[in-house]
Amino acid sequence: MKPLMKKNRKGHINYNKWGYLFLIPFVVVFLVFQLYPLFQTLHFSWYTYYEDTGLLSSKPVGPDWCGFANYIYLFQHSTVRHFYLFELDLGKIEINDLLYYAINTILIWIEGFIPQIAVSLLLAVWFTHIELNLRFQRFWKTVIYMPNLIMAAAFGMLFQMIFARSGPIINTLLQWGWIKTPIDLGDSSSWTHVIIAFLNFLMWFGNTTLLLMAGVMGIDTSIYESALLDGASSGTVFRKITMPLLKPIFVYVFITSMIGGIQLFDIAQIFTKTTGGSQASSYTLMMYLFSLISDKQNYGQAGALSLLMFIVTAALSMTVYRTMHPRPNEAREQATSYRQRMKEYADCPATIAERGRNAMSASTEKGVR
Amino acid sequence: MKKSMLAVTALAAVGLLSLAACTNGGTTSGNVVCSDGGTASTEGKVLNIECWNNEFQGRFENFYPDFVKTVKEGDTSYDLLRDGTKVYFKITANDNNGYQNKLDADLKAQDSAKADDKVDMFLIEADYATKYTASEYALDVKGDIGLTDSDLSSMYQYTKDIVTVDGKLKAVSWQATPGLYAYRRDLAKTVLGSDDPATVQAALSDWTKFDAVAAKAKEKGVYMLSGYDDAYRVFSNNMTKPWVTNKVVHLDDQIKAWMKATKTYTDKGYNDKTSLWDTQWGKNQGPKGDKVFGYFYSTWGINFTLAGNSDPDKLGKTGDVSTSLYGDYAVCQGPASWYWGGSWLCGAKGTDNKALVNKIMYTMTCNAPVSNAITRITQDYTNNIPAMNAIAEDATYGSEFLGGQNHIALFKESAAKINMQNACAYDQGCNEQMQNAMKDYFTGKTTTIADAIAAFKTALDAKYTGLTYDTSFDNVTL
Repeated sequence: MKPLMKKNRKGHINYNKWGYLFLIPFVVVFLVFQLYPLFQTLHFSWYTYYEDTGLLSSKPVGPDWCGFANYIYLFQHSTVRHFYLFELDLGKIEINDLLYYAINTILIWIEGFIPQIAVSLLLAVWFTHIELNLRFQRFWKTVIYMPNLIMAAAFGMLFQMIFARSGPIINTLLQWGWIKTPIDLGDSSSWTHVIIAFLNFLMWFGNTTLLLMAGVMGIDTSIYESALLDGASSGTVFRKITMPLLKPIFVYVFITSMIGGIQLFDIAQIFTKTTGGSQASSYTLMMYLFSLISDKQNYGQAGALSLLMFIVTAALSMTVYRTMHPRPNEAREQATSYRQRMKEYADCPATIAERGRNAMSASTEKGVR
Repeated sequence: MKKSMLAVTALAAVGLLSLAACTNGGTTSGNVVCSDGGTASTEGKVLNIECWNNEFQGRFENFYPDFVKTVKEGDTSYDLLRDGTKVYFKITANDNNGYQNKLDADLKAQDSAKADDKVDMFLIEADYATKYTASEYALDVKGDIGLTDSDLSSMYQYTKDIVTVDGKLKAVSWQATPGLYAYRRDLAKTVLGSDDPATVQAALSDWTKFDAVAAKAKEKGVYMLSGYDDAYRVFSNNMTKPWVTNKVVHLDDQIKAWMKATKTYTDKGYNDKTSLWDTQWGKNQGPKGDKVFGYFYSTWGINFTLAGNSDPDKLGKTGDVSTSLYGDYAVCQGPASWYWGGSWLCGAKGTDNKALVNKIMYTMTCNAPVSNAITRITQDYTNNIPAMNAIAEDATYGSEFLGGQNHIALFKESAAKINMQNACAYDQGCNEQMQNAMKDYFTGKTTTIADAIAAFKTALDAKYTGLTYDTSFDNVTL
């Protein structure tokens, strides 16, 4: 066996192979504690395997092979749900349960993500602006990050008590005369959505701001300076310089936030006391999965749902990635950029435009187009 | 040599780090198992009792003669007994089957657990008692634990029947739980003109009269009930068939009667639209909440819940209803004869403290002086027929919390007549999900009863595998 420490001709010890040694612990732990259970979960999704929770027996039922029965069960269930937009009655429809929970999850995520990304971008730009130079930056950065440190379950419980019918918010509104009688926000499916989305926003906007700030700080400040010298407004700087150069970080934030959104669980579970609220409108896919594992203890169905969630997450991530990183089309890009440049040069003094046009035709002759 | 030592320690550190990184912030179960180092004796020195709230712990600490004091240990505590044994109460809340899940997991791990971590006793309540007594994990009280027939002779028969399986008694209870209606004396005077229990009972003796009083109360700005689920048990514990038989779920007429009554009450504004156990529901029992005429409770609720809620600032009896309702409540039978719940003690299979389990069970459930003391101090209705009869006939006994009323006399008859034959192992899940699903119907968000029942079925299917529904669920009209 070749010795790991190789002395090369000059007598120096070569530590190149040591990297592999350092990787081994992580790989072993990952394989044993993450990859193997993952495959086991998927494996059991094709078996009938559950604990009969009405009895107390020491052995579960199964595992018995059942093909796609678990998947069919998940897709079969549908219930009549009533949709409300605050006080507006949008009617009712019999909808497949899985689809309904998926819609709930995506809706809550969107409602939280849009303010989150908007506020985070704004804060990231403000904190890193070369001219603005806000004071107490370290204080602000600490404060906006703090909600992320609180356990989501504790967060959910705290706000569940704050927004309760006998809680401080309703009492204050009563005192101000904005409402006449105490209302139970949990009775309204829209308000439950809004509050859960708001809690998500509070928890994660600090994290997103810091990530985006790191992205912006990676952009060379000389570009900003030259743009300001040329008289570009803040809006133009943001649209034409910051956003395009921030795209890699932005895509990362978008995809990780989306994966987190699909797995939305803690806050909704605690805030609605595991019921999902009125019309189960805040019952997310992860809450359903948790119920299958923890209450129903049906590992086969839980495995099936896990696989479905994985497929949905992977498909969405791929779509987002492809949309933000389209495959380049060389010829089309060149034609567009030629037309754009000609438009820009049209306003310039004749000599420069002439110069530009000549340069363009010269390169065309050389067969670049 | 030095360099390779450095490399080994670095590898070990990386290995530990990767292990830590692998726990992706997942939730960890809250209960920390603290145990004493095991001592070599025939009996263990640590007793573990699993329960869902601190009701039995309160009884134990106040009435068990060998109890010395509570000792804090880190962020848990244990009760110290005179012979040095430590008693740990492992409490997991009931919500969403939480307690049952924890108990099931611990009982299944009983064989492989260390002696001091084994579950020694566990409590069960009426909603799922049959599940545990039918299993092998609850010890035979007479055969394994050693209580005799004469020890158990003072108990109400129904408390023994419900937990007897194949002729073996599997659990004992310290309480009987007749249902009652606890009303506020000041509001009774306003609405009915009198707060005397006999007069109030005459005005509430059946549902028709109860509804009439509700209308009168509404005129005076008083709610008859606090919320949607308050009257649930009066109906559900009088069902004629169990919720689930051979995995077929049945919707009893009593439940349909509850749905109809509650929808009427909500539409007419006779209730304050709270849900059982939530903060507003508890607040309404005290001086700072909305005016609610009364609450359906069982005897365990008087001391365990109502007493605390009626006087949140702990002022005692002030005589002023705007500061404290202590002493302002009285009880009457109400519109129906019913029961609510009840807790039983089981010895766990594999316990290493059988003698202590025997002693605790005997003292808390079979001993007349202890039962007498529990009733006189906590107003709980204890499971000892001679002791209850003695108190019922004692003209000098009156509960201070209930404004001097001797409520034991009221329940002497009904306690003996409680019928728990229709309890089944699925009760907790079915009751919880039914109340949940119906809430949307009462608030008007679910427009038809058929939709609400469909929502109930969906919710129940997320809790139990393999259930089917019989025809009682079709074409329900109220």
